[in-house]
Amino acid sequence: MQVSVSEENAEREPAAHQVSAFLERRREQIAQRWADAALFRTVFTVSRDEAVEAGRAVTAALAAVAATGRLDDLRAPGFEAVRDQLGRMAASRARTGMDLDGVAGEVAALREPVTELLRAEFPEPYAPEAQEAVLALTVLMGTLRLVVMETTVSAGEELIARQREQLHEVATPVIKLWESTVAVPLIGTLDSARSQVVMESLLDAIVAERARYAILDITGVPTVDSLVAQHLMKTVAAARLMGAECIVSGIRPAIAQTIVHLGIDLGTVLTRSSLADALAYALSEQGVEIAPLRAAGATADAGTR
Amino acid sequence: MMQASRHAGPADLPIGSDADLAWVRQQVRQAAAELGFGLVQQTKLVTAASELARNTLVHGGGGHVRITPLDAGSTHGLRLDFVDTGPGIRDLDQALTDGYTSGGGLGLGLSGAKRLVQEFEVDSRPGEGTTVTVTAWATVVPPSRTVP
Ligand SMILES: Nc1ncnc2c1ncn2[C@@H]1O[C@H](COP(=O)(O)OP(=O)(O)O)[C@@H](O)[C@H]1O
Ligand SMILES: [Mg+2]
Repeated sequence: MQVSVSEENAEREPAAHQVSAFLERRREQIAQRWADAALFRTVFTVSRDEAVEAGRAVTAALAAVAATGRLDDLRAPGFEAVRDQLGRMAASRARTGMDLDGVAGEVAALREPVTELLRAEFPEPYAPEAQEAVLALTVLMGTLRLVVMETTVSAGEELIARQREQLHEVATPVIKLWESTVAVPLIGTLDSARSQVVMESLLDAIVAERARYAILDITGVPTVDSLVAQHLMKTVAAARLMGAECIVSGIRPAIAQTIVHLGIDLGTVLTRSSLADALAYALSEQGVEIAPLRAAGATADAGTR
Repeated sequence: MMQASRHAGPADLPIGSDADLAWVRQQVRQAAAELGFGLVQQTKLVTAASELARNTLVHGGGGHVRITPLDAGSTHGLRLDFVDTGPGIRDLDQALTDGYTSGGGLGLGLSGAKRLVQEFEVDSRPGEGTTVTVTAWATVVPPSRTVP
């Protein structure tokens, strides 16, 4: 369908309100359909729920814009609520090597599923009222595409920094350090979703390695607030139930002071200042002695003792 | 309270998701570092910010934080206003009690944050929303001079 975006807005007022009401009413269905569209699917790879949530937000913003009748206004206040979100999505696409045209194409592809839903609202899908509503929706979706492109271009640096930050939040490996001893070096933000992953992989490793000692090293965790502390304590308790003793290492002095001020009691948790100390503890508990091959200062000659 | 004039313009950051929380922490840390906060002070302020931003998100249903650098002559400070339009806090004394939580938290966010900053204020109206304002100052250590 060919649409000229420059037609007068005034004539479309009723259609715009109709579209607004439709977007409100069908927000859930639209979000569900968008979650499977290329743009949302590829940005929210971890959880479909997140994609749906983002879809809801965008739909709500479009409804707000349509309600004002300013279908082709890039500056409509309704877009403000999702500008940030759209920018993040576009930046995430850019990181996978997609160019601006590609992103624009994916945004354009969001129109089809909504248009279908909109037509289905009319007893006669091709009656003039239906056509008018579809036209209004088309203009609105065109504006959304422009907003996304504008956001992509202008928000560059901040978004890159944000993406970099999130890159730190990748999956966490559990390392076997010794017989019966595993360790997880935690790096980055420990939000609820991620600490769930950490706990599960640690418990799996405890079973797989028949570990009796599990070290959680938090040297790479920049902030330990009450939620992170709660996750740590839950993980320690769960490991205990699996028969493993947990040692938390790498609590830096600034973080130790902060934890105390927060009022968190880590008294029941075994802690060591470094991963090396934690390993030494685990080994000595198992009767393994670590001693230098020679007195300090001697040249490395591992052959003789 | 110290007489303070603005050092640079305030910045508003949205609080609507876990990813936003990470961003808020990072921006607060950077702002504090630029104003000359020491490592321990940065960590305290960022942790307080993390608690309050999460409350804005979880209890307040989302909102924003305004980050305002303050300049009081010899020392610099940072003011953070966490704003939401959520359900508000009906009983502030209770909410500020160590260990009180209406959800499944540790109940140490609000009271802990209060201990981590120099100034702490809650403005909350049931049904209208909550604004928590905290201010921290970089303590200025005068350059040490060893007298012979
Ligand atoms: N922004 C807010 N809006 C509404 N209620 C809040 C807000 N912040 C805190 N509260 C209330 O105060 C209680 C205590 O907060 P907090 O000390 O952070 O503990 P937690 O978040 O672990 O529950 C919360 O459980 C909640 O009932
Ligand atoms: Mg809290």
